[in-house]
Amino acid sequence: MPTHSFILNGTKVSVDVEDDVRLLWVLRDVLGVTGPKYGCGLNVCKACTSHVNGKAFNPCSVQVKDIKATDEITTIEGLPATVGKDLHPMQEAWLEQDVAQCGYCQPGQIMNAVARVNQAKAEGRTLTDADFDEIRNICRCGTYHRIRLAIAAGAANM
Amino acid sequence: MTATRRPTSHASHPGDEPGRPLPYRRVAQAPDGGIEAATSAVDAEAGAAGDRSGVGRRNFLSWAIAAPTLMVGTSLIAGTAHPQPADASIPAIPEPADLFDLTDLLDLAALPTSNLITITVDEAGNATFALPRAEVGQGVTTSTSMLIAEELDLPLSKVKVSLADARPELLFNQLTGGSSTTTSTHHAIRTAAGHARVRLIEAAAKKWGVPAASLTTSNGVVKSTTGATASYGSLAVAAAASKSTVLQVTLKPRSQFTMIGTPQNRVDALAAVTGRKTFAMDLKVPNALPTMVARPPTINGKPKSVSNLGAVKAMPGITDVAMISTGVAVRGATFGQCIDAIRALQVTWTAGTEDGKSDASVFKELKNAEIPLIVPKVPVLTKTIEGSFKFNFRSNSPLETGAAVANYTADGVEVWGCFKIPIVLAEDIAKKYNLAQHKVKVHVVEGGGSFGRHLFSDTALEAVEAAKAFGKPVKLMWSRTDDFRQGRVHPAATSRVRATYLLGNVLTYEQRHTSISTDYTHGLGEMLTAFSAKLPGGNYTFAQSIFVLTQTVSYNYGVTTQLLNEVDMGFNTGSMRNIYSPDARTAQELITDQIAKVAGKDPYAFRRSFIKNARGKAVLDKVAQVGNWGRSMPAGTAQGIAVHNEYKGWCACLVEIDTRPPTINRDVRDAYTGPRVTKVVFAVDVGLVINPKGLEAQMQGGIMDGIAQTLTSSLHLKDGYFLEGSWDHYFYSRQWNVPPEIQVIVMPSTSNTPGGAGEFGVAASMAATACAYGRATGVMPTEFPINHQDSVSHFKLIPNVPSTPQSPTDGLIHDISD
Repeated sequence: MPTHSFILNGTKVSVDVEDDVRLLWVLRDVLGVTGPKYGCGLNVCKACTSHVNGKAFNPCSVQVKDIKATDEITTIEGLPATVGKDLHPMQEAWLEQDVAQCGYCQPGQIMNAVARVNQAKAEGRTLTDADFDEIRNICRCGTYHRIRLAIAAGAANM
Repeated sequence: MTATRRPTSHASHPGDEPGRPLPYRRVAQAPDGGIEAATSAVDAEAGAAGDRSGVGRRNFLSWAIAAPTLMVGTSLIAGTAHPQPADASIPAIPEPADLFDLTDLLDLAALPTSNLITITVDEAGNATFALPRAEVGQGVTTSTSMLIAEELDLPLSKVKVSLADARPELLFNQLTGGSSTTTSTHHAIRTAAGHARVRLIEAAAKKWGVPAASLTTSNGVVKSTTGATASYGSLAVAAAASKSTVLQVTLKPRSQFTMIGTPQNRVDALAAVTGRKTFAMDLKVPNALPTMVARPPTINGKPKSVSNLGAVKAMPGITDVAMISTGVAVRGATFGQCIDAIRALQVTWTAGTEDGKSDASVFKELKNAEIPLIVPKVPVLTKTIEGSFKFNFRSNSPLETGAAVANYTADGVEVWGCFKIPIVLAEDIAKKYNLAQHKVKVHVVEGGGSFGRHLFSDTALEAVEAAKAFGKPVKLMWSRTDDFRQGRVHPAATSRVRATYLLGNVLTYEQRHTSISTDYTHGLGEMLTAFSAKLPGGNYTFAQSIFVLTQTVSYNYGVTTQLLNEVDMGFNTGSMRNIYSPDARTAQELITDQIAKVAGKDPYAFRRSFIKNARGKAVLDKVAQVGNWGRSMPAGTAQGIAVHNEYKGWCACLVEIDTRPPTINRDVRDAYTGPRVTKVVFAVDVGLVINPKGLEAQMQGGIMDGIAQTLTSSLHLKDGYFLEGSWDHYFYSRQWNVPPEIQVIVMPSTSNTPGGAGEFGVAASMAATACAYGRATGVMPTEFPINHQDSVSHFKLIPNVPSTPQSPTDGLIHDISD
């Protein structure tokens, strides 16, 4: 069985698993990192949203062989360390707004929000309602309104 | 405040007035072991005339139970719902739900066994409680923690609420449904917490040699008049009972609440935002490897044979393959490899239960089953207003798909998952495998949403079957596509309404709701068997009982009849964040707009003059005022207004919608955009508010469901299966559908009894959205969602063989908006 290496939440990991297994299952079933959730396995619901080299992506739709040894994968578990704190400002905003209901989609929502804010900042702009309208992450509890409030609040502290 | 609040066996304390620190509060104590105590504790305000809910006056006993540290259990030994008529201002025959509703039923059913719930205070000063309910996002662990914190005078952070395993001895009292949790448990929980506090005070009194009545508590500490303090943790052992002891306590009156009614963040929020919240699929049960099921191409087909079982078992990562009753189960190192195996399996299937059926054939079936409307005997000049409405199938799949962990050994069966009626599951497993009940352990795990899905435990039964077949533990998960196609659905239905109007009065209102059968075999039916004879009128079928218990006409519409008929048992159905209410209410409110038009009245003014109840009028006025009802709006946009009453509460919703072409034709890839609700103002009165922040959240979620059900989300039945296979097919509200402006107004508490919240927001928002759409377009909508006939053209069908699609491989090339 092939061995695959990459950097997961700041630590180099190596796993023995077939090439075509999607990264979501490598994270969850092999490495036991369960923050990224399965909601569809079709790159639609975005519940597994994580970061590869700081960019949002959906590990349900990436084969482990396509991840390079130098790639830095960040899941919700590793998000606070990216800012050297116990909680990322976006997580704090999420707590402040009391966004989560069942909580199942929230790791993906937060990872999406952080990447989106960082992208906008890199482009020298702030997020608008039009940006919020583009977010595809499903929340079946319907917490969308507080998600918008939290992203705006979190962005102000990033 | 009433006289019952004052202690009867102890002198009142000088500090016995509103505000902290709080005094000793008790009524009387029977001798140790004297569980026959003749009198009992009462809710300090329950007897007040202000409690209009009809369920407030209760008598309680609670026991200090022999344990290493303080443990208190509660019993609700007496008391029942006291039906009271709605306070109608003009004559209207009260409907059964006005007198005795579903909340009362669930509440009544919970009475005999509540004595078995216990609160423990440990040496760290934490109060722990295993709630016999499921947390699925509705916030019951938070609201329950608040109740305990309030009565115990303990910081919220020191209250630890977990979910109880299945406890067959609780009989009916372990069902999470009908938005009933807080209503049916709050008195018992508060009583136990209040008793625990009294024992802690008494332990301190003994320690210090002072009268208990001279002591007060605050923030988990007992204080004396001389300034001595003792933390609850330091008293937990001394306060423990050596044998069961009965005590009566007086619950804190509403005027002294410092926790109940204050906005609190969820107790599980930190776990949720850090990814540490543990759902069934996140459990690490040794050797419980990923397991999935290859499913039939049509609804409820069964496997007949597998031609390549050996070859599939030899696939990478796969450890086991076996036919089970619902399909072919595969177990492997990763779920991804299970999907590969499902796609490789060659299975022949039996026909399904709905083969050949389509939306068209279902609605023909419903039409044939409709109970006729009666032509009322009314004066000749009377105007008749009629409408016939279609409601399509909807999926009640949560974001977390079906999931359960199971182990089957010679010692028995152990199962983990989110189960709203775990007792029925435990009993089903014991019966199916001929096991003693104590050999079946069912653990309740927090769920990633429910929307009615977790009333059913079929995933767990499958997991047990697979674990037995493999002789190994399994972690069984449904695929998303299976969840849409073989999961539970809200039944398709029609609602016909006929009203008659003459000279400023509505003389008659008839509603005939006809539905594909709702499956109540999860145990709610079992409960109804026991209690249906007690219902006014009696002799209903399960479904008719539920309908009668939940449906009301919110207005004084003269002679009112609402009837239900159900047909076709072949679908896997269930409630979906409400049962009949959103559909029935939407029909009623659309017709109300039509009656108002005939009457020449403004929709709000008309509703205001016909609404049955002062609480209804208050929420209606609130949304009209805050939402600036009647403001001038451009053509193609409009306001809609609607009310709903259920679960001991009243709510109203004002919606503004934009149906203009630039909005409808917004382009979002793989999406249905359509009309957009641009503003929602929602007012809610649930009686006693426990956590306004949580209540607001539940209304916000209900609003998203209401908008989706009117505008976008449905399942399409064709050739015996549902075509939707992805969230890009099933158009539940996404961010591009979310109103930019949402305001939820939590009305001040109007009672001492908390009503339901989880499902409560859906009906009024669905109805208001429909009314707004009708007013914006000038055409009353008659089919829901309004896009149903068109939306199937907005997605690319996923084949139904094999049952689970392969995951994409191009996840690195998408940018963030993809």
